[in-house]
Amino acid sequence: MNAPSSRGVVWLGSPAFPDAAREALKDTRLRANLKRATSTIRDKRLAVASELDDWEALRDAAAAIKKCTARHLDHYLVELEASVTAAGGTVHWACDAAEANRIVTELVRATGESEVVKIKSMATQEIGLNEHLAEAGITAYETDLAELIVQLGDDRPSHILVPAIHRNRTEVRDLFAAEMGHWGQPAPEGLTDEPADLAEAARRHLREKFLTAKVAVSGANFAVADTGTVVVVESEGNGRMCLTLPDTLITVMGIEKVVPTWSDLEVFLQLLPRSSTGERMNPYTSTWTGTTEGDGPSAFHLVLLDNGRTDTLADTVGRQVLGCIRCSACLNVCPVFERTGGHAYGSVYPGPIGAVLTPQLIGVENAATLPFASTLCGACYDACPVKINIPEVLAHLRAEAVEAKNGHTAEALAMRAAGKVLDSPRLLAAAQKAASLGGRALARRGTIGRLPGPMHGWSDTRDTPAPPAESFRTWWRKNRENKEGEQS
Amino acid sequence: MSSRDAVLGRIRTALADVPSGEAPEDVPVPRAYLRSHLEPGQDPVALFAERVADYRATVTRTDRARLAAAVAAALTRRGARRLALPAGFPSELLPSGSWEWHPEPLNVPALNALDGTVTLAAAGIAVTGTIVLDAGPGQGRRALSLVPDYHLCIVRAEQIAPDVPDALARLDPTRPLTFISGPSATSDIELDRVEGVHGPRTLDVIIVGPTRLEHP
Repeated sequence: MNAPSSRGVVWLGSPAFPDAAREALKDTRLRANLKRATSTIRDKRLAVASELDDWEALRDAAAAIKKCTARHLDHYLVELEASVTAAGGTVHWACDAAEANRIVTELVRATGESEVVKIKSMATQEIGLNEHLAEAGITAYETDLAELIVQLGDDRPSHILVPAIHRNRTEVRDLFAAEMGHWGQPAPEGLTDEPADLAEAARRHLREKFLTAKVAVSGANFAVADTGTVVVVESEGNGRMCLTLPDTLITVMGIEKVVPTWSDLEVFLQLLPRSSTGERMNPYTSTWTGTTEGDGPSAFHLVLLDNGRTDTLADTVGRQVLGCIRCSACLNVCPVFERTGGHAYGSVYPGPIGAVLTPQLIGVENAATLPFASTLCGACYDACPVKINIPEVLAHLRAEAVEAKNGHTAEALAMRAAGKVLDSPRLLAAAQKAASLGGRALARRGTIGRLPGPMHGWSDTRDTPAPPAESFRTWWRKNRENKEGEQS
Repeated sequence: MSSRDAVLGRIRTALADVPSGEAPEDVPVPRAYLRSHLEPGQDPVALFAERVADYRATVTRTDRARLAAAVAAALTRRGARRLALPAGFPSELLPSGSWEWHPEPLNVPALNALDGTVTLAAAGIAVTGTIVLDAGPGQGRRALSLVPDYHLCIVRAEQIAPDVPDALARLDPTRPLTFISGPSATSDIELDRVEGVHGPRTLDVIIVGPTRLEHP
């Protein structure tokens, strides 16, 4: 078992979710930004998903393909390795983040280069690749606009699809004006905060990087086992630049991203853009198979990353989470995410999917509060294009989190005591009588405000109705039992 | 033990619950979804034109006889004068006039100095408004339709598949493919959509035939 420090995923020193959430909730601007953003994407997603009458059939097919792949993952990875190799690529295997980082660093060093351009990738964020490369003297330039904003601000991503959603246009303008010059082409004089002007500044800033970069690093949305084809889905064209212009391409991909056949993409290429950005199709999708003489990189390396995925696979309930295609639809429908934002989750994977993925990747004992970062309302399950039953996995992981503490939480002790009392009519009657007396002593105008002792954790955010003078069981015995007896 | 063996070993251990006799084909995958979302009788070419235009690309429909004139009109409208010419682009489609055509080989700085590129396509997808390039004749290397800021793409009507499943079946995955749905775009700042980031900021699409001419 690897120590979680070799896996990355979470930001070291992050507070537990309840503490981080409490802080985030005080930021009213963040909440306003998030509410506007998530409701905008929600509406777009609903509109384009409802265009397809067979949306449910597509979800069923996607879930089944992912299930089949997971149950035979070894078979498909070996097949992918063979087809990528046959097409001129080189496949590497990494047990954890540390090994993947080492492999990528060595591959970059072998080219003699000290700079790489990067496509937005969850896998490389998960393993902390940029920080690792920096320690080795290699500068990684993020080229997705939102990732650029996060990198220039020395900030953390807060959303899977739009990582800089916590920043507004004025903040971005100030950041570009102050920081771009330290990384390369400075922002133009008199830069406004119009998104079109900011996008133009990013275009100019990154163009020289694209035109001179010799090495690119990407993730992968899908990799097709039977053809060896790798797929990257994007919008801005920064992905195409990285996949096309450099001599060497290094792709880091979680082992769960493999799909069996080329034709399986017909399901995912319909579901992903509609679920993610709410478009019928994203502006650019690139597919490549090994290397092509005279077109694009002459060297292609595919790094297959485990990093906790096989632990996830071993859990027959939690396994379904490996079907995630990183669309972020679950974030946008989640009432908890909408209020706390992504940073509170303390992980590169925020929102409902993060609450079920992070604890499985690093061990539930290392992220014990995340499975509780949910109301179990089920909106995420309805939105998920691959039908991951997130509430089911959350409940399952909650049980594991309690188990991991050996059942010594206040809640577990209370539940155990309650179990004893509810088992015995005599104890229950006594407890109800005691509650009635005690409750009425505490109550003001029929409700109890603050409960005494350790129970205040419950009452801090809720009012408790005062118990009635007598319990239902007592009332029944007095008023009904005898009368029913008379009738018969 | 190599990392390859370690990962594969962990996977096999993790899948202890899967019966050893189960083959991948034994896991049922329901394929009840539609092959195409085209309505009965709906014209795929008209839908393609409508959906491409939804992305704020400009769509023109013409026929074979008037194609060179349509190319000239688009280039004139965009002020694109110095253009990359992909290998295998049919010379009869090059309009006569004061355009500079730059054939391969073109290095990246040379491409970056050009106004645009004119290419053919490998396929179109009606329901999603997508054009697909496979680096075949008349399309050029991927860099040609990427580095210059303007892309004029010519699609023949019969290349337009109704929907994603048929399009994928027509394409050869061993070739490098680029699926293009409108000009490059971003919504990364306050989810405000901006057309044009790193890829061509202007995309014009010309659909050739069948001769359903747009009479006034």
